[in-house]
Amino acid sequence: MENTRSYNGRTLLLEIVGIIVALLFLVPFYFVIVNSMKNFAEIVANTANLPSSFYLDNYTKVWKIMNYPKAFTNSLLITVFANIGLVIISSMAAYRLVRSPSKFNNLLFAAFVAAMVIPFQSIMIPLVKVADKAGLMDSIPGLVICYFGFGVSLNLFLYHGFIKSIPREIEESATVDGSSPYGVFWRIIFPLLKPMTVTIILLNTLWIWNDYLLPSLVLTSPGHRTIPLSTFSFFGQYTKQWDLALAGLVLGVIPVVLFFLALQRHIIEGITAGSVKG
Amino acid sequence: MKTKKSWIQQWVFVGPALLFFTLIVVIPFLMSIYYSFTEWNGVAAEVKWTGLDNFKAIIFDDKDFHRSFWFTVRFSVAEIIFTNLLGFLLALLLTQHLKTRNVLRTVFFMPNVIGGLLLGFIWQFVFVKGFATLGELTNIGFFQLPWLGDEPTAFWGIVIVSVWQGAGYLMVIYIAGLANVPKELIEAARIDGATRWDMLKSVTIPLIMPSVTVCLFLTISWAFKMFDLNLSLTKGGPFGATESVAMNIYQEAFRNNRYGLGTAKALLFFIIVALITIVQVSITKKREVEV
Repeated sequence: MENTRSYNGRTLLLEIVGIIVALLFLVPFYFVIVNSMKNFAEIVANTANLPSSFYLDNYTKVWKIMNYPKAFTNSLLITVFANIGLVIISSMAAYRLVRSPSKFNNLLFAAFVAAMVIPFQSIMIPLVKVADKAGLMDSIPGLVICYFGFGVSLNLFLYHGFIKSIPREIEESATVDGSSPYGVFWRIIFPLLKPMTVTIILLNTLWIWNDYLLPSLVLTSPGHRTIPLSTFSFFGQYTKQWDLALAGLVLGVIPVVLFFLALQRHIIEGITAGSVKG
Repeated sequence: MKTKKSWIQQWVFVGPALLFFTLIVVIPFLMSIYYSFTEWNGVAAEVKWTGLDNFKAIIFDDKDFHRSFWFTVRFSVAEIIFTNLLGFLLALLLTQHLKTRNVLRTVFFMPNVIGGLLLGFIWQFVFVKGFATLGELTNIGFFQLPWLGDEPTAFWGIVIVSVWQGAGYLMVIYIAGLANVPKELIEAARIDGATRWDMLKSVTIPLIMPSVTVCLFLTISWAFKMFDLNLSLTKGGPFGATESVAMNIYQEAFRNNRYGLGTAKALLFFIIVALITIVQVSITKKREVEV
């Protein structure tokens, strides 16, 4: 609220407070990273110190035990395909629901929105049965389809709000020029949705990449493990071997942290756009 | 012809979304209502209808469920208060003209991009080894507590981690709210001789009520649905003292194979969460003011 004033003693003080709090926030990461580069004896002896040498054996071991490249590929495939599908199905549906507000469509929109209140735990038990009947169990495409179903409510809701703000005239002139409704959507509307699409992809990616419960129910064989699943089973096995467990943890965290640091401005803007409307 | 065309368009545009939504959300939801009135083990073809027995058992006899429910309520209250408080304070701090503003925002937001499961493991190490070491080095009693080892510290351990995780997210939303407070109003209040506290209380907070609505909604739903953090940090221990409702439902269904009872718990859980969020949104919505 002092935005208009120049940098003074009070701002300096606040700046120092901010930096101290930020350092406190980072302490857990410090502990994990530093100790992941020590052997077990050194972790026990000096938990707080920097490692005595740059020791990466933990990482090479864990890389193999976790089958890291496989887990990474699984997570990546699931996240990419779930995103593509969700963007297509929810943008198309939202467009139709905004532009043809029949009684049925309004009711449909209400149902999509209302479903956002349902906690995952309330439907996970029968979902496993449905997924089994539909042949979605223990399959990566099957899990992707589950994400279509769970993500569509929020995605459609966000697109719906955005499309409402797009003036109709643009589409009308295209229709007069002889474009089909599909052409209008893909050539005119979809490109206009880009800011919302970026937000939706970022939000979906953080959610799907980090999700544990749904993949743990759907994917049963070790070859299908995602990063959270493989970190979990790894951690369970090596609970007391902190040297290996911590290296596994760092490997599990790295991809999403890099993703965030590369796109942090968009992610933070996306959260703002998504939450103010949601 | 025209109606047929429009019918085809309807299904091309809406069909896929509706199909997946129905298959993954609607059908399981309806089934969960049905199964909650049955005794079903998840495997048997025969499903025995038992009426309200599951609900009676949960409400009157299920000590574990009561304990997990009470834990979830206490945890939610603490998490909602502290996460919002810290998130709001960080937002106030980072709307000042600090030179390190952007770096600090990134730092505070970071825990949010890592899933709850991995955060739980990170903190498990910090509590078990890190705090113990800090305790030895500094002799501060706080670090020497039996973190995660007994009931009260395990409770506050989970609260600390979830506040640490959630505050940065709320900070972003509160910053967006603060950015929308018109500068003229602040100026006017200052000319009228308002103190900083007056301005915060009478100008800023009423004007950011939309952000408060969203933040309360988010923290309530995070707190009630907490599972990953719970699983990786304490596994519900010691002796079930930190078992959340979400985890209790999971255990009932997939560990004890009592799917009927599990779905009944899940349905009760859904009704409670839905009621609380509806009440919260309608209360805070009323307090929102138009600029």
